[in-house]
Amino acid sequence: MNFDELYQELILDHSRRPRNNGEIEGEGIIHVHGDNPSCGDEINLHVRFGPEKVEEIRFTGHGCAISQASASMMTLKLKGKKHDEAAHLLRLFHDRVAPEASSSSEDDPGPMELGDLNVLGGVRKFPQRVKCAMLAWRAFEQALQEREAGTEGASPESQRRVSTEEAD
Amino acid sequence: MNALNTNPATPWGTIREQFPILDQQVHGQPLIYFDNAATSQKPRAVIETLRHYYECDNSNVHRGMHELSARATVAFEAARARLARYLGAASEEEIIFTKGTTEAINLVANTWGPANLKAGDVILLTEMEHHSNLVPWQLLARRTGAKLRFVPINDDHELALEKLESLLTPEVKLFSFVHISNSLGTINPAAELCRRARERGIVTLVDAAQSAGHAPLNVAEIGCDFLALSGHKMCGPTGIGLLYGRSEILADLPPWEGGGEMILSVRYKESTWKPAPHRFEAGTPNIAGAIALGAAAEYLDQIGREAIFAHDRHLAGYAYEKMAAIPGIRLLGPPAGSTARSGVISFVLRDAHAHDVVTLADQRGLALRGGHHCTQPLMRKLGLASSARASFYFYNTEAEIDRMVEILSEIERFFR
Repeated sequence: MNFDELYQELILDHSRRPRNNGEIEGEGIIHVHGDNPSCGDEINLHVRFGPEKVEEIRFTGHGCAISQASASMMTLKLKGKKHDEAAHLLRLFHDRVAPEASSSSEDDPGPMELGDLNVLGGVRKFPQRVKCAMLAWRAFEQALQEREAGTEGASPESQRRVSTEEAD
Repeated sequence: MNALNTNPATPWGTIREQFPILDQQVHGQPLIYFDNAATSQKPRAVIETLRHYYECDNSNVHRGMHELSARATVAFEAARARLARYLGAASEEEIIFTKGTTEAINLVANTWGPANLKAGDVILLTEMEHHSNLVPWQLLARRTGAKLRFVPINDDHELALEKLESLLTPEVKLFSFVHISNSLGTINPAAELCRRARERGIVTLVDAAQSAGHAPLNVAEIGCDFLALSGHKMCGPTGIGLLYGRSEILADLPPWEGGGEMILSVRYKESTWKPAPHRFEAGTPNIAGAIALGAAAEYLDQIGREAIFAHDRHLAGYAYEKMAAIPGIRLLGPPAGSTARSGVISFVLRDAHAHDVVTLADQRGLALRGGHHCTQPLMRKLGLASSARASFYFYNTEAEIDRMVEILSEIERFFR
């Protein structure tokens, strides 16, 4: 295998220069801490939801190239999307990277709506790395749930946690 | 010791052929197995012992009145005696079979601990402990009100022994430390540490998970009260390990788990216990595992642990020098040539995360480990989220190390 089958140039670029890297100032921000306990990857996702759309989304953290690139590309994709569109993209991305959800062949370019994020589809062949690609998205899923539960802004300092697995 | 002091008479090539698993391709490339600190591979002698036990002698031990049970019991107790000899224990009654190192340490934390610790006492550990020699003591501390204290590491990733004196205060009742660190590869001076603890009446436990199959190990020379090891890291099966306990200290320990095997007499409301070691082996033990672990001890002693230790360290020295030339690499653990270096090398590449390194290495047939190696507090102290690790054993070769360095160089260039 050539290394770039999994690590395409776009992934390396996002992992070296993550976009939307940082925090969001102000009130009404939902913060979610996500981690993969067995490998130590961590992400802090910061989201400001408007009445209809994801108004602002940024992240901080550290981890492997896959987790960082996925987080970076996710923020580009989700910013400005309506809440239900964002939830739909979350499902599409999960189905793109999770081996059990994928019935598509290896050269399937993936759904158009995912755009650049389809380059992360290569992790399907690396079951131990799916959690890396999903880390930021699990954090976003948690943020969506909190928005729906109406907890945003109630306690700006409170951080929710999400783990993609049990610690070993 | 001279790192090149490996016995030229030892037929390492023939020895490698005794490990059937090594002869395979992974992702179309010859397997290079450098994850020995996680678990070792098994020689045919051990696999055969398991097969023979299940095909010929399988039965329950200690209570059956028939031929198979007699055979299984004899083999099981012979394995205990073999392991006592392997460790230089005074008697086989000092060997308690457990699932592994973790269970052995938990046994001490749950028997010796509550019976001997009170609020304000101190359990002394080191900063380089595996979670298995940390979390049981955290639980015990919470239960008893005892406190945890840590021997720090220095810039060479060795224990700061000059600080030990001030840490060994009268409140310290137990000193439990790792013999060879699984994430730094540091060899700690077990005999010296135990001597200094013993002078103050402090009970000692040595976590020998990484040293048991790799270095000469003699509990009388080390002078420890307890020693824990795992069979699967020393050519034995998974799910079997042991706790060595000095007979005087085991004599007074209360039981931990209750059940069959460990009792003398049971009435509805009370029971009496067998003496050690059976007092601590409730339920049907891992009979096949124990017998195969005895075979592993026999196998390792036939090669010779001095020779294995020298070979491990020779490979690590060879690898250290070649790896150091990879641009942007940081090698953890004691410096090159240090007598405190074992056959474990952890490293970090500047531009490549450990998990990406391990995934790509695997695509070239090279099995490494990446992560925090179950030493999260240590990694945090070193300012690292994770590292990659290559760990060698006697069946590994210089040619495999040459290939590893090529693969790591390719990965480094890819991520640069």
